[in-house]
Amino acid sequence: MNLGVNPMSFTSSSASWKSGDGVSDQFPAGLRVLVVDDDPTCLRILEKMLRSCLYEVTKCSRAEVALKLLRDNKDGFDIVISDVHMPDMDGFKLLEHVGLEMDLPVIMMSADDSKNVVMKGVTHGACDYLIKPVRMEALKNIWQHVVRKKKHEWREKDFEQSGSVEEGERQQKPSEDVDYSSSANEGNWKSSKKRKDEEDEAEERDDSSTLKKPRVVWSVELHQQFVTAVNQLGIDKAVPKKILELMNVPGLTRENVASHLQKYRLYLRRLSGQHQNGLGNSFMGPSDATFGPMTALNGLDLQALASSGQLPPQSLATIQAAALGRATNKSAISVPMVDQRNIFSFESPKIRFVDGQQQHNNSTKQVNLLHGIPTNMDSKQLAALHQSAQPFSNMNRHIHSQSSQSNSLLTQMVQPQSRTQILNEVGGSHVLNLPSSVGQPVLSQAIPGALLGRNGIDNVHGPTYASVSQPSAVVDFSRSQRAELPGNSFSLVGNSGIPTLATKGMLQEDFNSEMKGNRGFMPNYDVFNELNQNRTEDWGLQSVGSNFEAPQHTNLQGRLDVAPSVLVQPGFLSDRHIGIPSVNKTAFSAADGVVNTANLSQALTSSLPDNALRIKAERLPDMGFQNGPFPDQFGQDDLMSALLKQQQEGIVPAETDFGFDGYHLDNLPV
Amino acid sequence: MEGHQLQHQAACMRKALFDQGYLDDQFLQLEDLEDEANPNFVEEVVKLYYSDSARFIRNIELTLDKNPFDFEKLDDIMHQFKGSSSSIGAKKLKTECTQFQEYCKIGNFEGCMRTFQEVKQEHAVLKKKLESYFQLARQAR
Repeated sequence: MNLGVNPMSFTSSSASWKSGDGVSDQFPAGLRVLVVDDDPTCLRILEKMLRSCLYEVTKCSRAEVALKLLRDNKDGFDIVISDVHMPDMDGFKLLEHVGLEMDLPVIMMSADDSKNVVMKGVTHGACDYLIKPVRMEALKNIWQHVVRKKKHEWREKDFEQSGSVEEGERQQKPSEDVDYSSSANEGNWKSSKKRKDEEDEAEERDDSSTLKKPRVVWSVELHQQFVTAVNQLGIDKAVPKKILELMNVPGLTRENVASHLQKYRLYLRRLSGQHQNGLGNSFMGPSDATFGPMTALNGLDLQALASSGQLPPQSLATIQAAALGRATNKSAISVPMVDQRNIFSFESPKIRFVDGQQQHNNSTKQVNLLHGIPTNMDSKQLAALHQSAQPFSNMNRHIHSQSSQSNSLLTQMVQPQSRTQILNEVGGSHVLNLPSSVGQPVLSQAIPGALLGRNGIDNVHGPTYASVSQPSAVVDFSRSQRAELPGNSFSLVGNSGIPTLATKGMLQEDFNSEMKGNRGFMPNYDVFNELNQNRTEDWGLQSVGSNFEAPQHTNLQGRLDVAPSVLVQPGFLSDRHIGIPSVNKTAFSAADGVVNTANLSQALTSSLPDNALRIKAERLPDMGFQNGPFPDQFGQDDLMSALLKQQQEGIVPAETDFGFDGYHLDNLPV
Repeated sequence: MEGHQLQHQAACMRKALFDQGYLDDQFLQLEDLEDEANPNFVEEVVKLYYSDSARFIRNIELTLDKNPFDFEKLDDIMHQFKGSSSSIGAKKLKTECTQFQEYCKIGNFEGCMRTFQEVKQEHAVLKKKLESYFQLARQAR
């Protein structure tokens, strides 16, 4: 039988399943099963039965051997079937190990059908419990457990990336999985398989290893637990294993904790660097900053922020949670506009998340940073963000570093005038390399940075970012619009219209990828910071604004601060107001861009799957940019305030989608 | 024809095994697994079972002898034995194993001893019957 098995990851097995279509319509042929039982008779029978189901079977009579096999072939199996009663190791213990280390679905078996044993299986996390003697029928449908788990992972990834289930193509895939997981419908199965394969391919590009891993959603509560554990241990001594133990969360793997910790560390580092920039911490809004897998909230030193009093603890948690894992809300841009300033100054982790959006595939938990960008940005926060123009530059840089693509984007954007400088500053970040084609002055820089930042962050993941790399800010917009982006960096960001600038051409790619998940435009500020620091794993784009921030580890200071805010809010064109000197010029352009963006965003809006984007885009018009009168207004401060006002009024309601909520430009230095 | 007769005999023998309660549905499951690639799968598995299950019998005997009141251990061994036996569809044998476990649960050593004898006997009887059946079935093929 043609199992077409590829002992790789589930992904590949789904591919192999496809090949099994011809062989058997009934089952997902090629499912890689590891069966563990000390009884040779049972083992032989099971093996035969599973083979009859066209599964790829590996026998094992000892639990330790089984664990070794699993460890050595991380993605070599899709499901484990184990006997409860084994001489060398209790079946439940094996179950625990598998769950923690590999997070594969495990089915327990036993001749014992007493309730308490079955219950034990349930509590230990077995996805099914079979009573011996096992019948063929029982084994036929074990694939559902694999699918279910995968679907869940996909879903999580999507959430992380885009902060919204409905967003993105990727998301569609998981939903497809859902469909067929719930029914043994062959037809569904096949079609799902195909879709899954596509998805898998895409994912593999990004990070095939991610596919296998279950996605952990780092909710606020979970993150809080994590933080508590880390604090208890001391950040220096906090090792994933201990943290995991302290957290005591069933189902959480050491790997989950490890990647989360990595992000968190980056975030902390970023925060400490950010503070210098003067960005307030106020922006750390709670939002669901789905920061994607940024290790440390991408520069968002939420904790620092919180401690500094600017960031309410809850926000901190939220942001962190969002940043590090999926935000609690799925709102697209729930990036807390925490502290715009901060965002700028410390490469908003959110930006990174932007990256992550696309990347769902990232192996790390892709937290949708962008999404996570708290939408709670208050106007104050925004103002703060704007104030710190620096971040912008930083962001740019950050963005650059994130992804080469973004660089190009940024470059474009940045080129105009002082941008180059900013770009240079960014240095590392690739993002800033936007070709001048963008033509949008500072904004483009900012945006590109932001966008790029996103992209840059995306870089982390690789492919996804590449596309997004461009104006991550634009990302949201651009995602769907790619084509439209050029020049419309603003639209990219959705947040601030600036995005379009950045994207010019780059955005498009990125956008698409980012858009998918981006919902959190806004929060990008943080993202940017994050971007600078880490590869944002799942950016979810959105935060164009974040892009800005991210890139800048250091440069954001002051430069792009404005930008981010601009980015964040569609109407924020008033980058200039943000106080980024260079931004001023660009701001104007931004304004132009804004106008464009408005148009673009409109365009994007229509095409954007992202609701958030839409909203943002819509808002732009409101901002009045579109109509062109703005340019005049954009005399920096005016622009900013105009934007702010608009933002506050118009944005807030719509924020939820993006997570921009709270983006109030009140605080933007006018 | 001899072939047909043999086949008929084999079929009757098989039917009797089911009718008399020696075998249950699980045996059918094994038969279903037989295919061209594994034409003697059932026989293979039964052989495997008998070569492996001997150790259970041995262990229980040892325990009854050395630690007669270690009911937990007895129950444990029997549980495994039962699992193995049930996987080939040994219905009667399975019943006896369950009985043994019941006695273990209440700590009835006498009952355990008695039942164990039944277990051993059933185990042996089934082995013979299946061996005959398989032989006939092979000839009839």
